[in-house]
Amino acid sequence: MRVPLSWLREYVDLPATETGRDVQAKLISAGLEVETVEQLGADLKGPLVVGQVATIEELTEFKKPIRFCTVDVGQANGTGEPQEIVCGARNFAVGDKVVVALPGAVLPGDFQIAERKTYGKMSRGMICSSDELNMGDDGTKGIIVLPPETEVGKDAIELLELVDEVLDIAVTPDRGYCLSLRGVARETAIAYGLPLRDPALLDVPGPNAYGYPVRISDPTGCDRFTARTVTGLSAEARSPIWLQRRLQKVGMRPISLAVDVTNYVMMELGQPLHAYDRGLVQGTIGVRRAEPGEKLTTLDGVERTLDAEDLVITDDRGPIGLAGVMGGANTEIADHDNVENATADVVIEAAHFDAVSIARTARRHKLSSEASRRFERGVDPQAAAAAAQRTVDLLVLLAGGTAEAGVTEVLAPTAPRTITIPADHPDRVAGVTYGRETVVRRLQEIGCDVYGQDELIVTVPSWRPDLTDPNDLAEEVIRLEGYENLPSTLPKPPAGLGLTSRQRLHRRVGRALAGAGYVEALNYPFIGEQVFDQLGLEADDPARRVVKLSNPLSDEEPALRTTLLPGLLTALRRNDGRGSHDLALFETGLVFRPREEQRIAAVLPVDRRPTDEELAELNAALPEQPRHAAVVLAGAREQAGWWGKGRPADWADAVEAARSVAREAGAELIIRKGQYGPWHPGRCAELALTVDGAERVVGHAGELHPRVVQALGLPERTCAMEIDLDAVESAGDATARAPRISTFPVATQDVALVVDAVVPAAEVEEALREGAGELLESIRLFDVYENAEQLGEGRKSLAYALRFRAPDRTLTVDEASAARDAAVVLAGELVGAELRS
Amino acid sequence: MSAPNKSYDPVEVEALKPEEIERMRDEALAAFAAADSLDALHEAKVAHTGPASPLALANREIGALPPHAKADAGKRVGQARGAVNKGLAARQAELEAERDARVLVEEAVDVTLPYDRVPAGARHPLTTMMERVADVFVAMGYEIAEGPEAEAEWFNFDALNFLPDHPARQMQDTFFVQGPEGTEESGSGVVLRTHTSPVQARALLDRELPVYIVCPGRVFRTDELDATHTPVFHQIELLAIDEGLTMADLKGTMDHMVQSLFGADMKTRLRPAYFPFTEPSAEMDMLCYVCKGESAGNPDRPCRTCSSEGWIELGGCGMVNPRVLTACGVDPEKYSGFAFGFGIERMLMFRHNVEDMRDMVEGDVRFTRPFGMEI
Repeated sequence: MRVPLSWLREYVDLPATETGRDVQAKLISAGLEVETVEQLGADLKGPLVVGQVATIEELTEFKKPIRFCTVDVGQANGTGEPQEIVCGARNFAVGDKVVVALPGAVLPGDFQIAERKTYGKMSRGMICSSDELNMGDDGTKGIIVLPPETEVGKDAIELLELVDEVLDIAVTPDRGYCLSLRGVARETAIAYGLPLRDPALLDVPGPNAYGYPVRISDPTGCDRFTARTVTGLSAEARSPIWLQRRLQKVGMRPISLAVDVTNYVMMELGQPLHAYDRGLVQGTIGVRRAEPGEKLTTLDGVERTLDAEDLVITDDRGPIGLAGVMGGANTEIADHDNVENATADVVIEAAHFDAVSIARTARRHKLSSEASRRFERGVDPQAAAAAAQRTVDLLVLLAGGTAEAGVTEVLAPTAPRTITIPADHPDRVAGVTYGRETVVRRLQEIGCDVYGQDELIVTVPSWRPDLTDPNDLAEEVIRLEGYENLPSTLPKPPAGLGLTSRQRLHRRVGRALAGAGYVEALNYPFIGEQVFDQLGLEADDPARRVVKLSNPLSDEEPALRTTLLPGLLTALRRNDGRGSHDLALFETGLVFRPREEQRIAAVLPVDRRPTDEELAELNAALPEQPRHAAVVLAGAREQAGWWGKGRPADWADAVEAARSVAREAGAELIIRKGQYGPWHPGRCAELALTVDGAERVVGHAGELHPRVVQALGLPERTCAMEIDLDAVESAGDATARAPRISTFPVATQDVALVVDAVVPAAEVEEALREGAGELLESIRLFDVYENAEQLGEGRKSLAYALRFRAPDRTLTVDEASAARDAAVVLAGELVGAELRS
Repeated sequence: MSAPNKSYDPVEVEALKPEEIERMRDEALAAFAAADSLDALHEAKVAHTGPASPLALANREIGALPPHAKADAGKRVGQARGAVNKGLAARQAELEAERDARVLVEEAVDVTLPYDRVPAGARHPLTTMMERVADVFVAMGYEIAEGPEAEAEWFNFDALNFLPDHPARQMQDTFFVQGPEGTEESGSGVVLRTHTSPVQARALLDRELPVYIVCPGRVFRTDELDATHTPVFHQIELLAIDEGLTMADLKGTMDHMVQSLFGADMKTRLRPAYFPFTEPSAEMDMLCYVCKGESAGNPDRPCRTCSSEGWIELGGCGMVNPRVLTACGVDPEKYSGFAFGFGIERMLMFRHNVEDMRDMVEGDVRFTRPFGMEI
């Protein structure tokens, strides 16, 4: 809502020194979001005067037609001689009154006016257009032609009210009444403690039986309809300058007198109005719901197919307007240019429509208008009659019309709303003692009637449909007393339990991976299903079952991720494309899995707590959303440098990332050879955990399949790991147990075992551990060796360092050797290991 | 040399003559002095102090002397050997010092050599910023609550007093999950949560009263990605429900938060606003932590961080609407409380001079690395 300060002053006697910025500060503190204060004419300097075109000489020798004019500016130029001006515009004639910028004037944009020679003539000034004066759209895009009665030589800055301040207010949905000067003036008056001249306080004649006939078939949708008729409008009458200027300043375009007046009154009082050309309305005006499929061409020229919920205004033919949203083309007021069919008689509608109905219609037809914006937010139903009266008065005054005596008013009975609150309710909400007197005064200021002592019975004003609950009234008192005056106190919450183990794990995993050199990327969860083909997933892979969006941002990516890899790999590729080639990225985040059978999440009641069954059912209708952790790597894991060679990232880094995640959770990760879509079939580890006694595959790690690398345009030998972090958490025991530290000497024994190449190292180690028994402190594989000549085809040698130690004594060599031998024997039995000779 | 000869007359034992002993000593000392390296000294040491050295041999001759001469010769030889050993040690120390000095110089390295063998990783600043804010409240006794990102419309809107025709429920803001075949666009009743506020409702339903929680998380709106918008962003939400909580408590809690994050002299400002799930509602601004408000109305001291407003808009807050409490089964006659929420991206932007939203979205390692592990 744009509010010119000059207009606002009409209703509140603000101190003359008060600037727009001052008013802004006051209104912000009262809860109106005044976003900017526009300084109109701040960069404008006269002389800018009214002139009358005396002569026009058409210059035709140039590329475009040029006019050399003389303009009578009275004594404003000091000489009384006509001012010679070259002008490129053509929408004026000899005798027209125009706005002349004389030499020395400065127009907006630091446009200095001086005498200069142009098109072979001396030009001593400029004939101005509304654009050049930054006046807003006047519909002509040309020279301003003033009404003929305008006095020559008069100062045009004052005449056109070019210097003003305009407050631009973002009105929140609860403050519909502030979509009017009346509402903003009310808030201003309260903020300054000044009286308000309410423009809606008008003498309005009572309804009678001879007004224009109106029939309301849907009193729920339309609980009030006022109709007035004005006849004999002058075809020549135009909106006066002041009215046009006010409309321009609030951001509207002057169109024709009748339309301008309805717009003006809407801006002033907040009541949307509609003027019908009475000659075009056939019979009784009605209000009803549309018939399904009924059609209406609205004022914007669009033919609309109506919905059975749409509220329409009708005449005998059918719909003539989309109620509260936009009028129909078939009863439109004629433009001024259309002299033959000039509108002489108008019927004025001031009605009140149901907010929800209007909101739905506006949304359904994607048609938001000044009227619908106001009805959606709530219009003062009590102002309808006054708004109709104000419109009638202006049309009589400005268009020479005659007000017909008939006054139609159709009303559905409504009672004013009352709210009962304890007098100290605002105090208890704010944590401040305002006292009853202040509470009552503030509520009265906003227009409430207040009765009672300890219990206040508050009748809210008709323009505040947003006030429904005790806290609404508390807010009014607190905001008027000033949010800035609230004290600052700290509540004392009960002792909390800190982070949950799931939350701690989430952080630990992030730190562990970042500590290992991974950089976190937070990727969008939107994917396209073609990525599953690129990832090489089987046709029946469960990861292909996705949750889809009805309204994705991009039709290419309509689904929610079931794996973190697409997002991470995209980030990897983006980094690579930007010249970072040695990459290690990680992400932890939710993935989305549809339920076996999709159910609709019900809309539960809000007037009570839902039952546990209702909640369980609601939650069961949501997709499963486990948290995953994933890493991707490419390029060098260790850089080459002055210290020596680098090392490319490989499958082992990816598997180690999985170990690192499991370690943080205290979960025992089972790693074995696996084979799964995106991964290289020979370099893929399957990650499993024991959850509740059952083993479960929770992820994969390794090098990506060359086909996947190619399909996704990734750097060669890109590696990846993905694991279900929630499963890791549930399998884990993050409580590490302290080992007993023996201070007796260690006995070290190395063994090299030869096994079949396909035997996993993990199994050999497991066998050694078991065979070595309790004296084994640690075991470490320090070499893997394959050599067909020495070991035989398909064989490999694994060299382990075994460290033995007893808690209570120094081990003898024999004891250590015996333990080692036992380990080797068991490895021989379990995995066919032979001691390498 | 020969073996000990017990039949020698002492006067005839040439080697034990005083002048001979002196000569041996002096030769040894001269040899040490002439040794110009530790290796050379070692040779001289073997030659002059070893078992076959003249003094060692002379020493062995003493045994052959008559008792009266033994003491005298022993003393002479002992003194000479002492002097030699002392000379050797001195020269040894001298040469070692020389060697040490030379070798340490030779072994010197360029300590300014860079080392980026395994470049450091980093957590995303949005993650660490959320944790940082959450931890302010965890320290006060709040707990962290979480909820699903694909959320029931009821939790995202209805329970929070967003009436069915509220503009925020329109298609242009909310991502709707597709329903089963044959249902309309929003037929599933499931949306991508548009704010972290549904976690409020979940917390009230799940937890015992009083409830003091913060909910950090990801939220979704159908905005195209550009320099100032992203369809996926992060919020942190706070909810406190207890007996007798007031707006003053809300203000104090927010003051505490900005002091904890931006310094002891910080404060917040409330401006009336409108949100369906709070009443009264407020916009929360914090004092500009750079200019401390001094740039407002002061053209001599412009501030880029707050555009010389003096305040930085942080987020929305208010007293939880009693209708929300009712929908969550909390008695609004007995309990009251406050909530607030704000965007993490925005805070990161003004706290760390991030200029383009896309930088926080694209996962470019050059952006994230400097933020390290904690923020």
